[in-house]
Amino acid sequence: MTLAPSSDQLTVGPSQGRRSRRGGGKRAGSAFARSPISYVFVSPYALLTIVFGIIPSLYAVVLAFTDADGGFVGFDNFTKVIDDFRFWPAVFHVTIYLVIWLLGLVVFVVGLALMVHAIGVRWVSATLRFVYYLPGALAGASSVLLWLFVLDPTASPVSGLLSAMGFHSFVQVIQPGNLPAIFAIIAFWTGAGGWIIIMYGALNNISTEVIEAARIDGANAVQIALRIQLPMLRKWVAYMGVMSLAAGTQLFVEPQLLSQASNAVVPNDYSLNQLAYQYAFQQNDFNGAAAISLLLLVVALLLSWVFVTRGGLFEKE
Amino acid sequence: MAVLSTERRRSSLSGWSGRSIIGVLLVVFILLFAVPIVWLLLAVTKSSKALVVDHPFSPGSWSALVANWHQLFDFQDGAVTTWIGNSALYAIGALVITLVVSIPAGYALALTEFKLRQALLVLTLVVMLIPSTALVLPIFLELNSVGLIGSPLSVILPMSFFPFGVYLTYIYFSTSIPRDILAAARIDGCSGLQVFTRVALPLAAPIVALVAFFSFVQNWNNFFLPFVMLPSSDGYPIQVGLTSLLASTPAFNPSSAGSDSVQLPTLALGTIVSILPVLIVFLFSQRFLVAGMTAGGTKE
Repeated sequence: MTLAPSSDQLTVGPSQGRRSRRGGGKRAGSAFARSPISYVFVSPYALLTIVFGIIPSLYAVVLAFTDADGGFVGFDNFTKVIDDFRFWPAVFHVTIYLVIWLLGLVVFVVGLALMVHAIGVRWVSATLRFVYYLPGALAGASSVLLWLFVLDPTASPVSGLLSAMGFHSFVQVIQPGNLPAIFAIIAFWTGAGGWIIIMYGALNNISTEVIEAARIDGANAVQIALRIQLPMLRKWVAYMGVMSLAAGTQLFVEPQLLSQASNAVVPNDYSLNQLAYQYAFQQNDFNGAAAISLLLLVVALLLSWVFVTRGGLFEKE
Repeated sequence: MAVLSTERRRSSLSGWSGRSIIGVLLVVFILLFAVPIVWLLLAVTKSSKALVVDHPFSPGSWSALVANWHQLFDFQDGAVTTWIGNSALYAIGALVITLVVSIPAGYALALTEFKLRQALLVLTLVVMLIPSTALVLPIFLELNSVGLIGSPLSVILPMSFFPFGVYLTYIYFSTSIPRDILAAARIDGCSGLQVFTRVALPLAAPIVALVAFFSFVQNWNNFFLPFVMLPSSDGYPIQVGLTSLLASTPAFNPSSAGSDSVQLPTLALGTIVSILPVLIVFLFSQRFLVAGMTAGGTKE
């Protein structure tokens, strides 16, 4: 499922926090200022942050720049993994998957949210949102397993559709060329509903006066959608894009299970995270594994950092 | 009312063809989202032969469901029961620690002042937005160097680190509890601890429920972390256990045909069993959950 903090809150968070600290701080300051009990309240969390956020990141940095004996080797681990014949194919796989998935996510989530929002009958719209959201309960391995069934023509509920597309066996379905689309469909199926609900909430937030005014000026429903609702959704779309991009680079469970279910027709080093896993557990090369993890972590950190610091994108309503 | 008039407007302008295209699209996506789930629910009531031969959406029989049930729970001498127990232990253990750690932390970040407060807040935001899988291998390398791999703690502790929960709590306390109430409590002689336990905590029930929900669902569904941390089948949570079931399914792994093999309907039942707790939580908390997810979208 999508763990989505609403981005309104996200921006309200730090900025408002700072503001109220400055504004309210003086008034309430005397009552709260630096009560030592605060340290008791935050220290367990701070400890977890250090032990499971900061130290592992730093340790990965150390491992990535050293060899198995602990000697400093500069960028050797990075050149090693990048020169690995499996590295660029994995980058390529993940990239294609991301392109398909993100395009599908943006087009269909926004489209469905607009359409569901336009439905006047309350229970119909609520039911639709619920049906779209329900697959979110199946995450990770469970949803992949379900899709193994759907994609296996012998048992599939859509075997007619599969054979119409020329697929008569499971191995035919999971040819390498189809995999990015398959992973994108699985990810979309599981995660789209959460985003549809978030977009729907954002659409509800657009003031009715604006829409009314546009209508009175003669805009039809399509024009309202394109010229008013869509621009106002832009920040949410950007948010969805950033989050999904970061999550998508981590592709692991889908190819891992498909590899297992296909007798390695799908290779077990299909994605970057799988390659890192292979380094750690097949080759016992923790330094190489750390180098790949670090590359992925840097991508995720950059995306997250851009989002947090350039929150300005989200502050102007 | 506004919705109705928009509707009328559209019908006059875009005509019935536009409406029917929208209708068709909505139905296509209903099918996409619902068909696999409906099929899965029916599949577990069939024998493996019926699953292949019968119509995909025909119901099976009670006896076939019972047979599948027995095959699933007899698998490797009741491994499935162990895995579900493990999942419950990990998910609930981490949930409890998350709550004990996050609620006070969110409160302190929102309503009190201390050194490094701003730094911790920014760090929370950044880590929250990193996919949790990005830190799994680094945490593995770290825990491996201290010899914790294979222990339940190697999954419970990393899962209890839940910056999103702290963030939600922070937002809740900074927006819904007036500082004046807390100031009044201080003036009336409450200590810092008493302000938290007597004033803030009783008002925190909604946020505790929300954090608990997100934490539980994420912990239960977590795959990569336990997959990496727990080498032995005895320690698997059900999500990782599913890979063992899959490996013993001849339909997907021909080399596994043997006495302990798993048939397709049994694998389907395993899939349902693996998500049942989350599904139940979803169904019962839908209204509240949707409200929580869109809270920012509907509030000023």
